[in-house]
Amino acid sequence: MSKAKVVIIDYGVGNLLSVQRAVEECGSEAITSSEPDIIVQAERVILPGVGAFANAMNALKSLGLVEVIKAIAADGIPLLGICLGMQLLLDESEEYGLSKGLGIIPGRVLPVPALSSDGYSVKIPHIGWNSLVVAEGAEWNETILKNLTPGDAVYFIHSFMAVPEDPGVRIADCYYGGNQVSAMIGRRNVFGCQFHPEKSQAIGLRILANFLSS
Amino acid sequence: MTLHSNIRLIARLDIKGPNLIKGVHLEGLRVIGNPQDYAYRYYEQGADELIYMDAVASLYGRNHLAEIIKKAVKNIFVPLTVGGGIRSVEDAAAVLRSGADKIVINTAAVTNPVLITQIAERFGNQCTVLSIEAKRLSNQGWEVLTENGRERSGRDVVEWVTEGVSRGAGEILLTSVDREGTRKGFDIDLLRAVSQSVNVPVIASGGMGKPEDAIDAISNGDADAIAMGDILHYERATISDVRNVCRSAGLQVRSYEQS
Repeated sequence: MSKAKVVIIDYGVGNLLSVQRAVEECGSEAITSSEPDIIVQAERVILPGVGAFANAMNALKSLGLVEVIKAIAADGIPLLGICLGMQLLLDESEEYGLSKGLGIIPGRVLPVPALSSDGYSVKIPHIGWNSLVVAEGAEWNETILKNLTPGDAVYFIHSFMAVPEDPGVRIADCYYGGNQVSAMIGRRNVFGCQFHPEKSQAIGLRILANFLSS
Repeated sequence: MTLHSNIRLIARLDIKGPNLIKGVHLEGLRVIGNPQDYAYRYYEQGADELIYMDAVASLYGRNHLAEIIKKAVKNIFVPLTVGGGIRSVEDAAAVLRSGADKIVINTAAVTNPVLITQIAERFGNQCTVLSIEAKRLSNQGWEVLTENGRERSGRDVVEWVTEGVSRGAGEILLTSVDREGTRKGFDIDLLRAVSQSVNVPVIASGGMGKPEDAIDAISNGDADAIAMGDILHYERATISDVRNVCRSAGLQVRSYEQS
């Protein structure tokens, strides 16, 4: 397998070690960096993240990375946002008031509904393995989910979720308490997954490997 | 059809120094073996998550787990939840840096409840697991123990869980000290009392004697996840056995085929 130079953006949050190990397991070399000069030269970029949306945006701003990430997205360099990293791709989040995001994919970040579609309360955060389903109107064949089977389970842990404006960017959904949650979105070279591929055993590694060869 | 999140089947590894250990009522700890060997075995069996708890760390105020976690991260690609001896945001940061996904706190949270909020604000509620060691009282209810079951706190379990969640805990690891290591099944009354008092996921721990006990904890105790130690370590059942039993009972578990 060819070696891709993968840069995992280090802005002080997220389990970078696990992402790095998972990329290595897929046969690619990965480094972690917060240096704009290094990140812009990457062949592929991963934006990880856990924690609060506003804190993450503030960290990206103070490191001078907001414009860098936007430029990567615009330049056609494959970019994968994981969990909070996916949510950051959107315009804004309702977490702890309103916070502005990177605005790469139009849409908003809203709380995961605490009521099921049939009116029962559901546990928040949404933690656990959940099945991926094909989003309405989507096709997995040409995407980084190409060799997956609908129903394959991946690991989620989140209280907020991305709601993209254009339903056409939705690749995979999952259902939590009967409510639709965007599990994976993508537009051209930019992808976001709400689940953690680096924590989703063989299925997750397959998705990462697809991104690394996309 | 409504699709819910699957019940999580979690392997719990209690650690002392470099070793995997197991006790009864959290006491009389016996060495089982090398934690990495067992962790990898459970990973291959399809454990949905691994929990590492340092049994003596808070007693000595030290944490031996970082090296064990660093090893696990090398070839285990499921979530790792880690606790024991975490007393500060800095301790939590160090454990997360070594590869943990979630932090478990107990003793330090009871003595300094603000710590729950501090960790949740820095790393998120989803990262902040409150561990409760519960001991049944003779009259009614349960008391919170600390220091791996060695100290009484005088706090009521249901009140403390409610407070912990309002302070930012995103998940509860609920261990019945009475049942722990006894193989008598989970304390269902305890599970139900806690599950119904908070809106965050509850992990049932302590007492699993046979795979069917998991069904009881989920169906009657409203648990969201099952932590297993003794039953796995002594090979009375595999994760696959438990998954099959749950699936046969109509419970939703992750589809996983061992390769």
